[in-house]
This record gives sequence, structure tokens and C-alpha cells, in this order.
Amino acid sequence: MNNEQALLQYTLRLGDNALVLAQRLIELVAHGPELEEEMANANFSLDYLGQARMFYSYAGELEGRGRKEDDFAFMRGEREFCNFLLLEQPNGHFGDTLVRSVMFELFYLEQLQALANCSNERLAEIAARAVKEILYHLRHDSQWLVRLGDGTEESHARVQDSVNQLWRFSGEMFAGDEVDDIFQQVFAGPDLEAIGATWHEKMSAILAEATLAIPGDEWMQKGGRAGCHSEHFGPLIAEMQYMQRSYPGLEW
Amino acid sequence: MLAAANEQQIWDWLAEVPDPEIPVVSVVDLGIVRKVTISDNSIEVEVAPTYSGCPATEVIESTILSKLVDEGLNGVSVKRVLSPPWTTDWISDVGRNKLREYGIAPPVDGASKRELLGKSEIHCPRCGTSETTVVSEFGSTACKASYKCDECLEPFEYFKCI
Repeated sequence: MNNEQALLQYTLRLGDNALVLAQRLIELVAHGPELEEEMANANFSLDYLGQARMFYSYAGELEGRGRKEDDFAFMRGEREFCNFLLLEQPNGHFGDTLVRSVMFELFYLEQLQALANCSNERLAEIAARAVKEILYHLRHDSQWLVRLGDGTEESHARVQDSVNQLWRFSGEMFAGDEVDDIFQQVFAGPDLEAIGATWHEKMSAILAEATLAIPGDEWMQKGGRAGCHSEHFGPLIAEMQYMQRSYPGLEW
Repeated sequence: MLAAANEQQIWDWLAEVPDPEIPVVSVVDLGIVRKVTISDNSIEVEVAPTYSGCPATEVIESTILSKLVDEGLNGVSVKRVLSPPWTTDWISDVGRNKLREYGIAPPVDGASKRELLGKSEIHCPRCGTSETTVVSEFGSTACKASYKCDECLEPFEYFKCI
């Protein structure tokens, strides 16, 4: 793999992560636990969607084959998406949604802060913009996690179960492959090992404040970077791509 | 292009282009217009998007374009610039006063992580007191939060500091 291919793949993965979480969060519209949280998550979804569009637009320019943001979002198959498996997991109850968000945002914030200083100007610009948005998301979501964990007996038990169920998807975020290695070396990109250490430290602090237990070392599920998804991804993109698959090329 | 078109005239025209979400302020008041470059055959307007996912971005760009075309200019283009990222610090004093008169508490000065995370006092745009309570950190648009005044009891929106 050469440097250009790695840059394209890295950019697409950034777009895939943002788009898949945007799609999950928008599913909460008209199904949120309360109006304020519905608006919060719809706003977050919009931020992720905006970020995904910028990453995909850049990917299209890098690839140079005329593909645009919509082509990447709506006309690729399941195996071509390389998002983290964590992000495609269903919304479940509100605790599941929150734990998924906090786990990702703690990673993504570190990733974006590193990207804002990388040598690729375009990704650095997009990241500098996105950092402010994710800071705001993380504050909101982590406060809720503390409230639920340190809440009633039932909320504590349910959100602890969310942490236990989703924990196995955390390791994948720090398990880089050739693309991450090249991006780090050639473009002064994020150091996943360092991010992993910071993530564990910050996640432990939030869980401690929430009186939640940190799951022990356990087997980690991987596959997202290679496009090997969990069973939840097919229905997600089926709904997301329905309109373009039914009416290819449709525009507003 | 009109020979008379100079940069100040273009800025004056742009100051008449309202923000689609908060029409009381213009795109110039909000600090979204970053630069106007006039060359022999073209005019380029640089525009900074507010939030990554702001749905108004494309409307703003097309409104700017059609405003300048309506004023008789040719060869106008709008360029989206991401860097440096837009901040509420770029909202002008005129813009802040217009927001306040409209009933929206303007963002506090000096955007920072601390301000973004809402540690400062927010004053009621109607009676001016700092005795206010956040109702929801998310309002009718991504850039606003909902507050209520504990003195005059009026609900109001706060333009978040980013």
C-alpha cells in the first residue's frame, strides 16, 4: 500500500465512523426518552453528518474518479464500510446509547486533537472544527452516564450492563493496521497506543465517578477496519441507502 | 463586472444578506464572511461554516451568490474556508446588540473550552439580570441553548459560545 492509498483509506474510515453514528443517532428522532434528549442527539447526529460529508468530499478528491459524498454514503456495499463495530451497535435503551457515545467520543476527541496537528492540511482543518463539537457532546453524554450510574439501583444496574456488553468493542479503536501505521509515520498522525492509554485513564475516571465497575480484560471483537461487520450493520445501511438504491441518482 | 464595484460596496451589499435561521443579523454581523477578493474578471467571497453540520451553510452560500448577482455583478464565486474554524468571537458588536434586541442572549466574549462548556454567567436579554437558569442545552438550532430568567421569568435563547 502506498501513501496515497493509505491517506484515502484513512479519510474514508473517518467518514464511515461519523456517518454510521449519525445514522444511529438520527434513529432516535421521535423515539427519544424525552424531548430535550431527542434534540440533543439530533444535534449531535447533524454534527457527525456534517463531518462525514467533509471527509467523503475530500476522499472523492483524493480518489480522483469522480465519486462524490453521496456515492460513498449510499452506493457502497456493506463490506466497503470500515467503521468501528461499536458504532453500528443498536441504540438499545438510553444507557446503551450513552455508553456507546461516551466510549467513541473519548477516542474520537483524542484522534481529532492529534489530526488537528497532522501534516495533512485538509484533515487538520476539518478536525480543528470538529474538536469543539465533540467536546460539547462528550460533556453532555458523560454527565448523563454519571447521573445514571450514580442514580437509582435500577439505572445503575442497567447502565452497568451496557458497559459490560459494549466493552468488547473498545479494543478495536486502538488496534491499528497498515493504514494507521502509514498515516502516523508519513502524515504525523495519531499515535493509537498513546490514545489507548489516555482513553483508559479518562474512561476509568468517568466510570469511577458513575460508581460503575470497569470490566476486566476480556476478548476484544474486531473487524470494522476490514469491513467485517456485526449482524446489525446490514439493516442499518439498508434503511440508510433505501432511497438511492430505489431511485439511483435521485437529488433534492 | 461593474466598474464601480469596489470592495466596500460589496461588503455593504453582503451586510444586507440575512442569516436564514436568525434573520435579524446579517452574514457579516455573524462574522461568516471572511474575505472578499476582487480580481480583473472575478469576485471571490470566502465564507466560514459555523458548525460542521449546519444546515444553513448551503443556503447562506447561495443567498450571497444571488445577492451579488442581483446587484449586477458577474463572475462571482463563493469559497468555503474551514480554517481557522469559525468562532462566536467573530460576531460583531453590532451583531451582538441585534441578537440581544431580538431576545437572544449573545455569546459571552472570548470563546474557550471553559466558555463552550458553559461556566460563565448568562444575562437575560430582556431585563439584564444574571439570575438565569439553563432549561435545555439544546435549542431550536445547534448553535443555541434554552434558558429562563429567574427575575422576569421570560424564557429566552442563548447563542452558545464556540
